[in-house]
Amino acid sequence: MERYIKAPLDKEEIKSLRAGDYVYITGTIYTARDAAHNRMQEALDHNEKLPIIIEGNIIYYMGPSPAREGRPIGSAGPTTASRMDRYTPRLLDMGMRGMIGKGKRSKEVLDAIVRNKAVYFAAVGGAGALLSQRIKKSKVIAYDDLGAEAIRELEVENFPVIVVADPQGNNLYETAIKTYKKEN
Amino acid sequence: MIRTIHVNELTENIKEMCIEANHFLSQDMNQAMKWAQETEESTLGKQIISQLQENLEIAGKDMIPICQDTGMAVIFLEIGQEVHFEGGSVEEAVNEGVRKGYAEGFLRKSVVADPLIRENTKDNTPAILHYEIVPGDKVKITVAPKGFGSENMSRIFMLKPADGIEGVKNAVLTAVREAGPNACPPMVIGVGIGGTFEKCALIAKKALTREIGQPSLIPYVKEMEEELLEKINNSGIGPGGLGGRVTALAVNIDTYPTHIAGLPVGINICCHVNRHSIREV
Repeated sequence: MERYIKAPLDKEEIKSLRAGDYVYITGTIYTARDAAHNRMQEALDHNEKLPIIIEGNIIYYMGPSPAREGRPIGSAGPTTASRMDRYTPRLLDMGMRGMIGKGKRSKEVLDAIVRNKAVYFAAVGGAGALLSQRIKKSKVIAYDDLGAEAIRELEVENFPVIVVADPQGNNLYETAIKTYKKEN
Repeated sequence: MIRTIHVNELTENIKEMCIEANHFLSQDMNQAMKWAQETEESTLGKQIISQLQENLEIAGKDMIPICQDTGMAVIFLEIGQEVHFEGGSVEEAVNEGVRKGYAEGFLRKSVVADPLIRENTKDNTPAILHYEIVPGDKVKITVAPKGFGSENMSRIFMLKPADGIEGVKNAVLTAVREAGPNACPPMVIGVGIGGTFEKCALIAKKALTREIGQPSLIPYVKEMEEELLEKINNSGIGPGGLGGRVTALAVNIDTYPTHIAGLPVGINICCHVNRHSIREV
């Protein structure tokens, strides 16, 4: 099923998403990967304020290549999500509504997705140039010193993703492989 | 006959090769993606491969790196033993080439100076440099930027000689199965069998630079390459790991003599953004 949705995500809209849906996202999303998640975790541990509002938002696991003059951003495809697994259940429990990345998630993350009625999208790994063209604006809003790993606020238009883990507990990485597997 | 080469030739060529490799895939890789599109049966899989092909066109036309992970610069220098370098340190010249290429090419600076302290070096140096001394008076440069989505899925298995060819095949299939979507399928798999702990890994990485469609010259190894490719594509992992019939584009295997008590197997997984630029100076 092809869907066009807005970010930040609407709670009711998320409930209707199903693993396997091909979705185009328009709106505002935030980037953060290993180093930024580590800093946010430390901030939370020390009861400090986070540089972004987690509740209601989508985090895109991505560190871009530098932008050429006149362009909002460089190549901007997803990084492997499992590296952020240890930080993720806490953010989901705080109200993070969606994540965009690629690759399998841990059981703890999948459980947190279901319990919080959130969603995990996969963007196509290696499609960095194409994905960069769906990003209309990019602004570093925190952790500037981290360079490619800084937290960026992105305005995206028809950003193509696939629903991997939906709020019902379906996981496309598990089900899809079975469909195409052949015995050796 | 000594042939003198100024190290600036290394710097300038490597600079260009870093930029080229990150914006254009080699002919054999483009062919392999066409084969993937024709062979894939899953609708979503075909959609993903189309997106990847469109991505390659955009990358070359608009000069945006194919993938944002422009990698650590892995560089092989095959130096003819009659070559003499002048003008400075070879290693510094190589790193200067990488530095310039990653700056002028708007490539991502993805290297940290210390693996635990993790402060970015801000210029994507140092390169990972492998030297070989070969006959002749030329220098063959291979620049193969390696992204870490796939690199992180690579494995070394120190098998027992008794594990034999079936043990080797199982090791490869295990590594691929555990990688799954994380290595951005369709993958290219480089395998090194033999040598020592570090040699089998090096052979595996070098095997990734072999042209897709060029099988091993050793008949039983060629058979193993074909069998493993078929078995990997039977796994169902598919493009992006989202299900399908094309999980790998090629399995390239190379071998090396080894110890009577050992059977080391290095499995270097690469994604479909299998980058290499090759020049001779």
